[in-house]
Amino acid sequence: MPGTTRRTVLRGLGGAAVLGAGIPLLSACAGNSASSDTKTVTVGSNASDAVPKKAYGDVYAAFTKQSGIEVTLNTKDHNTFQEQINSYLQGTPDDVFQWFAGYRMQFFAEKGLATPIDDVWKTIGGNFPPAMHDLSKGQDGKYYLVPLTTSPWAVFYRKSVFEKHGYEVPTTWDAYVALCRRMKKDGLVPIAYGDKDAWPAMGSFDQINFRLNGYDFHVELMAGKASWTDAKVRKVFDTWAETLPYHQEGAVGRTWQDAAQTLVAKKAGMYMLGMFVAQQFTDKADLDDLDFFAFPEIDPAYGQDTVEAPTDGIMLSKKPRNHAGSVKLLEFLGTPQAEETYLKADPSLIAASSKADTSAYSALQKKAYAMISGAKHLTQFMDRDSRPDFTSTVMQPALQKFVRDPKGIDGLLSSIERQKKTIFASG
Amino acid sequence: MSSETTTTIPQAAAEPPSGPATPKKRAPQGHRRLLTRRDRITLGLMAGVPTVLHVALVWVTALASIALAFTSWDGIGFGSITWVGLDNFKQLFSDNPQFWPAVQHNVIWFVVLILIPTPFGLFLAVQLDKRIRFSRVYQTAFFLPVVVSLAVTGFVWQLVYNPDTGLINSLVGANEPGHYIDWIGDPDLNLWAVLVAASWRHAGYMMILYLAGLKSVDPALREASALDGANEWQTFRNVVFPTLRPTNTVVLVVTIIEALRAFDLVFVFNKGAQGTELLSILVTNNIIGESSRIGYGSAIAVVLLVISLAVIVPYLIATFRKERRA
Repeated sequence: MPGTTRRTVLRGLGGAAVLGAGIPLLSACAGNSASSDTKTVTVGSNASDAVPKKAYGDVYAAFTKQSGIEVTLNTKDHNTFQEQINSYLQGTPDDVFQWFAGYRMQFFAEKGLATPIDDVWKTIGGNFPPAMHDLSKGQDGKYYLVPLTTSPWAVFYRKSVFEKHGYEVPTTWDAYVALCRRMKKDGLVPIAYGDKDAWPAMGSFDQINFRLNGYDFHVELMAGKASWTDAKVRKVFDTWAETLPYHQEGAVGRTWQDAAQTLVAKKAGMYMLGMFVAQQFTDKADLDDLDFFAFPEIDPAYGQDTVEAPTDGIMLSKKPRNHAGSVKLLEFLGTPQAEETYLKADPSLIAASSKADTSAYSALQKKAYAMISGAKHLTQFMDRDSRPDFTSTVMQPALQKFVRDPKGIDGLLSSIERQKKTIFASG
Repeated sequence: MSSETTTTIPQAAAEPPSGPATPKKRAPQGHRRLLTRRDRITLGLMAGVPTVLHVALVWVTALASIALAFTSWDGIGFGSITWVGLDNFKQLFSDNPQFWPAVQHNVIWFVVLILIPTPFGLFLAVQLDKRIRFSRVYQTAFFLPVVVSLAVTGFVWQLVYNPDTGLINSLVGANEPGHYIDWIGDPDLNLWAVLVAASWRHAGYMMILYLAGLKSVDPALREASALDGANEWQTFRNVVFPTLRPTNTVVLVVTIIEALRAFDLVFVFNKGAQGTELLSILVTNNIIGESSRIGYGSAIAVVLLVISLAVIVPYLIATFRKERRA
């Protein structure tokens, strides 16, 4: 009798031991394929939506076909991937992982959570324009990213609406405001707007800021060097406030998708957003009717030389199990062919490489491509160019507050500046 | 009708017949023999492993988060933890524009839950307790929101409140420029909008708790008050309600907990933006993400912990005192 009890107890203990061992396993679950062979490269992917998922799948299949190296794909939900990236990269990440260009890439490079890939760039460097070179470097001057796709932010509109009312594309701020006024008179919502997800307003701020104060000031401000109480920033908000009455009412309660629907329904005249707005145009005829223009010039000194073009790419983790194979994969991803394969399945973006074949592009893609390759400076987006902890906990609520009620800008700016100082002072 | 609506109290289960004689114990052979070395190790492990797990997963994490509240840490490597003393709290109390609204909203959350859905749940319970027809159907209907996860509740109510395509604005025509009602974005409206959804659920929860409480009211008491000529309201006020005292305590505690842990509904609704800030959401926003402010988020969590303790400790003291007296 005591013997059996003891055995049962020990069996229970064995269970507990397994449970105990399971805890470290949970945190390491990302590295589910602990393959040390050189015939496999593992990829951590945030491409969980159907279209990009298939597009990336095609690219990796092409690589396997060409090199004989298997690619094990570890796809996670897009937002979950982003939320867990911190612990994911500190655990046992996949050999390479998909990520964003800009400060967000530099942050992990600086923390030693990514491996420099200067050797890869020796091979692929010629495929990319200078602006892409800059975007792929960490603050130490080494390369950390292979850019794959990009797409610009601009003012989108429907050609048929502009034709019907005889509107002309505005190139200056005054013309833009005058157009807004006319649209309102014509019974349209001049500017579709939705900031429920809190990030679209950051794009509006960016556009006005670099048109008004130039690219260099954008960089300084995002890096926490320039002050938010500077008169230049105040001017951005004043300029923005000038057009707020022409923005769609109730923006803080509306998602960008719903706002885009007002453009689809021809109830709104314009919509300043990224090119992904095209995803909401599910009808082919509507999509063909979609067009865009660059955000209008505000200060002639800076013209329209800066384009906000968030770029996605792929990075090498800190201790890849298969370094040689990963380098081969990264070199492959840096070729125009890889990008062409991707874009065949996902036409809402354009290639980061200047060598990729553009003949299969739609009119919208061609225009976007011309805009990006003609740009003097490429910015990423407020939350990609600055510390994400600052943009998400301080800027998102602050901009929502402004959009809803543009009064009291000075108080808002000094609050931002105070919070910015403490955040940038830490680590 | 169903057995649930009858007022008979189930008889206590009959005493089970005492089983056959208990197996004969071995004659004690001295302390050393009773527990062998192996037994002692086994027992030590049996008590030790759960203790270690409990300490590691509950106490160490709780104390660690208190300690982290006095540091600045981005969550990458332990080397980057720096001691900052009370800085996080200073910033929180003076510079964070969302902190005081969040505290205020947690309080409003509690006040609204205790004043509106709780009495309503009691009212429903009393009505259902009267053996009315279809009471099972009503019971299920009111309890349904409790069964559904709050995240799903959030999605459902979003469909109702969506300012452009939602049910309310479409019905009253408030989705046109000029007379636009922004249920989700307007800080004067959104907290109340989300509280309606929270109350919708809370009422069902309270109804079930009170229904259970009412079942334990001795029918003899009601009978006696009826014989004394008390009307329905008098019976409820002077006889039934006082006997619900233990239920009321449970209801109070549950409601406080609901108010402090309020999170999922708002997170789905508008992520705690303008007007719906809550402490739990501020904690999440600061800790989860690609470059976290773990120290700062922990400081907010500590504030939440202190508030919870301030509420729960007096309750526990009162309960234990009662038990000791009993």
